[in-house]
Amino acid sequence: MRLFYSYLIGVLFGTGIAVSGMANPAKVLNFFDLAGSWDPSLAFVMGGALLVTFVGYRLVIPRGAPLFDGSFHLPKAKRIDPKLVVGAAIFGLGWGISGFCPGGALPALGVFHGEVWLFVAAMSAGMALTRWISGAKG
Amino acid sequence: MRRRHQRLAHQHVWGAALETDFTPLQSLFGGAMIGLSAVLLMLTLGRIMGATGIFAGVFAPTSRRDWLWRTAVVLGMMTGPWVVWTLTGALPVVHSDISPLALTLGGLIVGVGVTLGGGCTSGHGVCGLARSSPRSGIAVVVFMATAVATVFVIRHVIGA
Repeated sequence: MRLFYSYLIGVLFGTGIAVSGMANPAKVLNFFDLAGSWDPSLAFVMGGALLVTFVGYRLVIPRGAPLFDGSFHLPKAKRIDPKLVVGAAIFGLGWGISGFCPGGALPALGVFHGEVWLFVAAMSAGMALTRWISGAKG
Repeated sequence: MRRRHQRLAHQHVWGAALETDFTPLQSLFGGAMIGLSAVLLMLTLGRIMGATGIFAGVFAPTSRRDWLWRTAVVLGMMTGPWVVWTLTGALPVVHSDISPLALTLGGLIVGVGVTLGGGCTSGHGVCGLARSSPRSGIAVVVFMATAVATVFVIRHVIGA
């Protein structure tokens, strides 16, 4: 049951990404291109997603625990450190080059375009490399 | 003539600006579905709907049980375009003419950035902002600004 819900929630997310235009790099890059072919659509994606999540979390989190687990797994990090800021800046650079973010690319894998699989393979390598290096250091 | 050749070479690597339609209602509706999925994942498993965290855990799960739900979510995500296909008869557009080289470079950079920064557009941008997390607020401002600056340089400085 837990896995069935997980799958359906993934389907809902992937459908939302596909409908909204987030899976399309051309649309994402045009959102960033304020000085050129600007397409403000993605502001509406963020707006719709935030509104629903903001209200929904306030209904769900006060319940104290999720349906299929003993407690909520909420991020504990509070500090705004250089790692957060530098990481976000690096992500923005890659997003601006490729037009794909992880949430846009994973549903797009389902379309079976070679370029999406190439992007996700490179992204996985970047994730593994970073974890390996930070693991080796700390 | 020489300059024109150089410009074409740049466009080949970074891709040209492709026209897209402004789709406010469709994007708002898609966004609401993304939000609903985030709320439902919190309600059922108590987890943040962050593509970075969920996907990273597929390769480094803490247990078999942990691996299974993450994989189920990712497989569900990949089914999304086919739901659109079932309803409309067409797969969603995934269109860029960015070269394989730039896609690989972009992918590597994204992978490093989201791992260091602890999240991406869904984790920080949707779930983090909805939880009023100051960390996520900073992350969103920084990655949005950097992406805008990157596209400006590629399209209007290099490509100009």
